[in-house]
Amino acid sequence: MTANTAPTHTLDQAQLQAAFYDLNEHDHPEGGSTMLGFWVYLMSDCLIFAMLFAAYGVLGGSLAAGPGPKDLFELPLVALNTAMLLFSSITYGFAMLAMEKNNKGATQAWLLVTAVFGACFLGIELYEFSNLIHEGATPMRSGFLTAFFSLVGTHGLHVTFGLIWLFTLVVQVGKKGLIPANKRRLMCLSLFWHFLDVIWIGVFTFVYLMGML
Amino acid sequence: MAIEAEAHNHWSPLLGRLWLDAIPQEPIVLATFVVVMLGGAALVAGLTYFKLWGYLWKEWFTSVDHKKIGIMYMILGLVMFLRGFADAIMMRAQQAMAFNGNDGYLNAHHYDQVFTAHGVIMIFFVAMPFVTGLMNYIVPLQIGARDVSFPFLNNFSFWMTTAGAVLTMMSLFVGEFAQTGWLAYPPLSNLAYSPWVGVDYYIWSLQIAGVGTLLSGVNLVCTIVKMRAPGMTMMRMPVFTWTSLCTNILIVAAFPVLTAVMTMLTVDRYLGFNFFSNDFGGSPMMYVNLIWIWGHPEVYILILPLFGVFSEVVSTFSGKRLFGYSSMVYATLVITILSYLVWLHHFFTMGSGASVNSFFGITTMVISIPTGAKLFNWLFTMYRGRIRYELPMMWTVAFMLTFTVGGMTGVLLAVPPADFVLHNSLFLIAHFHNVIIGGVLFGIFAAINFWWPKAFGFKLNQFWGKVSFWLWVPGFWFAFMPLYILGLMGVTRRMRVFDDPSIQIWFVIAAFGAVMIAGGIGAMLVQFAVSIWKREELKDETGDPWNGRTLEWSTSSPPPEYNFAFTPLVHDLDAWDDMKRCGVQRPTSGFRPIHMPSGTGTGLILAGLSTSLGFAMIWYIWWLAAVSFAGIIGYAIFHTFNYKRDYHIPVETVEATEAERTRQLAAAGA
Repeated sequence: MTANTAPTHTLDQAQLQAAFYDLNEHDHPEGGSTMLGFWVYLMSDCLIFAMLFAAYGVLGGSLAAGPGPKDLFELPLVALNTAMLLFSSITYGFAMLAMEKNNKGATQAWLLVTAVFGACFLGIELYEFSNLIHEGATPMRSGFLTAFFSLVGTHGLHVTFGLIWLFTLVVQVGKKGLIPANKRRLMCLSLFWHFLDVIWIGVFTFVYLMGML
Repeated sequence: MAIEAEAHNHWSPLLGRLWLDAIPQEPIVLATFVVVMLGGAALVAGLTYFKLWGYLWKEWFTSVDHKKIGIMYMILGLVMFLRGFADAIMMRAQQAMAFNGNDGYLNAHHYDQVFTAHGVIMIFFVAMPFVTGLMNYIVPLQIGARDVSFPFLNNFSFWMTTAGAVLTMMSLFVGEFAQTGWLAYPPLSNLAYSPWVGVDYYIWSLQIAGVGTLLSGVNLVCTIVKMRAPGMTMMRMPVFTWTSLCTNILIVAAFPVLTAVMTMLTVDRYLGFNFFSNDFGGSPMMYVNLIWIWGHPEVYILILPLFGVFSEVVSTFSGKRLFGYSSMVYATLVITILSYLVWLHHFFTMGSGASVNSFFGITTMVISIPTGAKLFNWLFTMYRGRIRYELPMMWTVAFMLTFTVGGMTGVLLAVPPADFVLHNSLFLIAHFHNVIIGGVLFGIFAAINFWWPKAFGFKLNQFWGKVSFWLWVPGFWFAFMPLYILGLMGVTRRMRVFDDPSIQIWFVIAAFGAVMIAGGIGAMLVQFAVSIWKREELKDETGDPWNGRTLEWSTSSPPPEYNFAFTPLVHDLDAWDDMKRCGVQRPTSGFRPIHMPSGTGTGLILAGLSTSLGFAMIWYIWWLAAVSFAGIIGYAIFHTFNYKRDYHIPVETVEATEAERTRQLAAAGA
């Protein structure tokens, strides 16, 4: 029904009702807005990172006579860390492929592989943080270190929540199988996980690489 | 005074900083505390005596029905409005008397909390709940939907907003509130200058309420994008839905900024980070920039939905389609975008230089163009219309007259050299009250009078509504015009005592205006009470008391839980008006069971745990913070294991409800 066929008074009530009411409505499938909603949420999360990047941009040069990026960053370690996170994104992709094939066991297995890479990433990040703190480069030392720890740490916190979510989903897929609700949840976590990868590319480029230039 | 110098050094593992010195010593606060406690006890006793707890829990607190959640938001806004207004009238009284060596009746510690709490409460816990409540109630009905996209999140959002309000209210009786002004600029809000709990109450209230606001924004964006009735294209959406869409886009794009900046202030205060510190490379001006990147869109978050309300009211009570519908939509979109490009006008005096200030001055002035276009659209809608001066229309006309003056002083403030003179003066205070009261609040009053019959099935009493109107509108002018004059004379904001006796008269006039407004608020409460008392006389059985134009008026008043037994099909703007003109009668047979979301207590439980987390963090009760946080995570995960979240309303129930509606319509002679 389009605008230019608007009913006129010559129609009888039954026709009018059919024109103005959906008389044969069926249940709407659940979760029709979930992917859009989660995407909108991710964009709002992206803004939190935008603020942290902006703060890093403002405070990145405020060393307060303390150590700067060149004194602190170890690129090989960061490269290894980046590799961990990128691999975890690939393996999450494999999990999604397995999900598409309705292969429950493979989905769970790839999720766990993803978790291992994610945990390695977090472990290396914590190792880097503890090294910095032992050298006296604490977040309290300067504006630069405050912004650095906050940006990288917020990303790390996101990965931590991603891991908790991932384990929850492994259990839920185990209990309920690959039902539509679980597939939707896996899709959301997939978006979240790859989103964190994209953020990390930003961190790696703007904080680490440009800091070493 | 001794109170200000008092050190709060106590800390114990069990109670953190919480100790007996947290109970305020000031007699005004103590008296309020006693009154609130007695009132609260009476309320609890009454609810228990009438055995209403089960009903409230089942039908309201755990409900995911967007209509009930909308009403709960409105009640929250109203309650907090009374608190925020109490702060306002205290300030007016203090300033009217504190001359000629008279110190007034509020000491500095208390007065500074009063003006901070007034701003925080009025924006976050009055205007926001009112606006969110309206959108929640009206939008799904206007687009022909049965609920929002994420009904559980909706309930959770409401309780998170309430949790923030509860923490703010708690600060009145346990500890103190911030003394920093409503945006808590550092370095004043840093630990060194605000060492006790005031700023921490501020941070955690806003942080927790902010989660609710953000999620409700995501929810309503999805609802409007995904759940419109078939045939309702974007350019057939009612204007209120359009402005709600833009508002919620603004919420999603602005509130994360507030979350981020509050978190930065938190780590500065709790962990000694250096985002906004004076030394070690921090930048207090970065805070001011970041908070206004949220803060300026926020004022459009508040006003846009009310622009929508005025559009609906003007076209309904002029009996005409809205003049310039598409220009109204584009004006709203332009305002949405421009609202991100003006934040620096809040601190021209920062000294960014002529180029930067000019840019932001010009973008600010440009906003007046789409806003002016809207005003002309409303005027042209009224032109040659059959205008009915019912209460919603009266508030709309009052808005048009009042808001225009506020808009013009805004353009004046947008001129950077003028702003250097007027920055932080009472002229600014007069300006933003002029637009927020004249725009947001008058709009909410128009909306309450307009949609009350939809929500409750009876109209509001007109006499007391008019009393309220005629006290409010002149009261506003008496209260704020003197502040323009004082501001032009150079009086700055947030002053507690004055030296120059010649300006006292203006503060006395302003206080008189505040008293009139108090009368207006009182008359409004009487209006609600009288209307509820005489609801049988004011009853509306048609569901369409104003000869409305949009789909919410096609349902019964109040609408059934499922809103629409059959989803309407839309062929034109003003879909209900179209249906009435075509003479379609609602179907009275062929009903089907209706698929609906089930209620859940999870939102309330998570918000309760968040309140406990916030309280623990404010008072440094680390064990309680850890337990609450673990509880939140654990309960949230537990909730995701519940896959059964919907049910069907049986066809018999639908048939019975619709038969009742048929009977009502017949009784109303429609």
